[in-house]
Amino acid sequence: MTKEAILDLQGLSKSYDDSIAVDNIDLSILPGEFLTFLGPSGSGKTTTLNLIAGFVEPTAGSMLLNGAPLEKMPAHERNLGVVFQHYALFPHMTVTDNVAYPLKQRKFTAAKRAEAVRDVLKMVRLEKYASRYPAQLSGGQQQRVALARAIVYRPPILLMDEPLGALDKKLREWLQMELRRIHRELGSTFIYVTHDQEEALTLSDRIAVFNEGRIEQIGTGKELYDEPNTLFVGKFIGESSVFEGSMTDGRFHAGGKEYWGSGTVRDGPAALLVRPEKLSISDEAGSTLPEDLTNWVIGEIEDIVFVGSGMKYTVNTAIGGAVAHVPAERAVDTHIGDHVRVAWHPQDAKLLPA
Amino acid sequence: MNSEVRPGTKVVLGIITAFIAVWLIAPMFIVFPLSFTDDASFQFPPRAWSTRWYESFFTNPQWTDALRNSAIIGTLVAIIAATLGTITALAINRSKSRLSGTVQAIMLTPLIIPPIIAGAGIYTFFLKTDLVGTIFGFVLVHVTLALPLVVIAVNASLSGYDRSLELAAASLGAGRLTTFVTVTVPLILPGILAGVVFAFVTSFDEVIVAQFMVSPALQTLPMMMYTSVTRTTDPTIAAAAALVLGAVLLAFGLYQFVVVPLTRRSRGRTSV
Repeated sequence: MTKEAILDLQGLSKSYDDSIAVDNIDLSILPGEFLTFLGPSGSGKTTTLNLIAGFVEPTAGSMLLNGAPLEKMPAHERNLGVVFQHYALFPHMTVTDNVAYPLKQRKFTAAKRAEAVRDVLKMVRLEKYASRYPAQLSGGQQQRVALARAIVYRPPILLMDEPLGALDKKLREWLQMELRRIHRELGSTFIYVTHDQEEALTLSDRIAVFNEGRIEQIGTGKELYDEPNTLFVGKFIGESSVFEGSMTDGRFHAGGKEYWGSGTVRDGPAALLVRPEKLSISDEAGSTLPEDLTNWVIGEIEDIVFVGSGMKYTVNTAIGGAVAHVPAERAVDTHIGDHVRVAWHPQDAKLLPA
Repeated sequence: MNSEVRPGTKVVLGIITAFIAVWLIAPMFIVFPLSFTDDASFQFPPRAWSTRWYESFFTNPQWTDALRNSAIIGTLVAIIAATLGTITALAINRSKSRLSGTVQAIMLTPLIIPPIIAGAGIYTFFLKTDLVGTIFGFVLVHVTLALPLVVIAVNASLSGYDRSLELAAASLGAGRLTTFVTVTVPLILPGILAGVVFAFVTSFDEVIVAQFMVSPALQTLPMMMYTSVTRTTDPTIAAAAALVLGAVLLAFGLYQFVVVPLTRRSRGRTSV
């Protein structure tokens, strides 16, 4: 990329007595982007965020904010915004006082504070709640106050640690839309931590997939979905069927049959990853399938679920579980327990080391 | 499980509770009518009423000096013990050292050691250092006695205190001292104020260790009362007792009906 990074993490590591939380991370964050750290719990995504915020000291590595070293600077001098999972609003202060708190630290005059608070509360649509205490607000309202408090001083980067994690689904989806709008309006850089891949895909310009303290892959949601570099990324982003086998002499075999897929993998254990919408379902003979579907496997239907736009089949095969999403017009008349042929085009399969 | 109490049971429980409450409190409150007696004895109920024992109290320099001394000592003890106790509780609460448990246990020993033993020990030490009969000596001893109560009170308020608020304050640009003053102290203030009340009351009615500490030049109010009640039947002591009880009740009343409701108004989280 040609754009200059706003934040550069170089060889960043954090280890505790008996474990490594963050393992040698290199990452360039671009100005104005919405970047999500996605990964299971314990993958190091929150620790990385805390390292950037200054709540945790790195064991090794460096961080450069607009080219200036950050790692020695105390948290309260970094001028970054942080939104916490459990809001962390000051319970003894009203909404206005909470939002004005960072402005007071920055010695804004009373008039400027009042104006800035009014503007930001309008942005998060909480003008009417200015004189309430946090305990008098719902979870979603509290998180919007926390967001207002973290953006009112226009920090160059806003860090968010699973901010919607404590809210119910409907509220979460609405707040995701609000976050996208606020990100567009502010134009500043957002770094967002979540374990929810759907949320990551909804919000992010780019996603960094974390696993065991490392970044497995970084890219747009589409890149990660279409071209996963590792089996972990393939399984974590979206649904997929994984057929396990091994590479010998550059050929992939599973269950005694040869399959083809894109990607090159060294000899050894390997897997074929296929997305649900790329799979077709037919009777055992494959009589309803086009003849060029040369990659197929026989399995038993475990479950059939109607998902509105089509049917979702879960099929047990000898080489692994398959999930097929078949549009309504191509759905076949089958039942749970039936043996079926699951087939796909070789170019739709991704060959990955297992 | 059915936690409903039957109406009959409720009445019986109410009667028993009221009886125990009266049993416990009535003997204390008898000093109020007694202090307004016109007799020179502890006759109860009084045959005639007057304020002569209050006059006697406030015109006798021995009583007023003792009251002044106790007030000065109690106030100093409340301030010093609350400050030290708050710092101690914070240190114990935040220390990751394995020693913090031991430190806490040591902090609480003044509660366990019988005051008469502590008094004897302190007396021999204070004789050598000329601290007997000084305000400074009294404050020193009473701070020791009051410290564990402050530590307990502040510790209790720290248990409901969310430390991520400090991270939030830091991220918003507040340094450690600012965070302590604007976030930590306001939120544990109920505990600190409870500690102030406990410390003041502990000092203000302390009579056992004080026995070793008083000198003709420096009397405290509880010591004057103790001497008075053992040597004379002068109802001035009833007036003194009523004043002490009034002060103590005022302190607890302020805490219970002013401090607690004030903090409850802004806190009390919604269910998460």
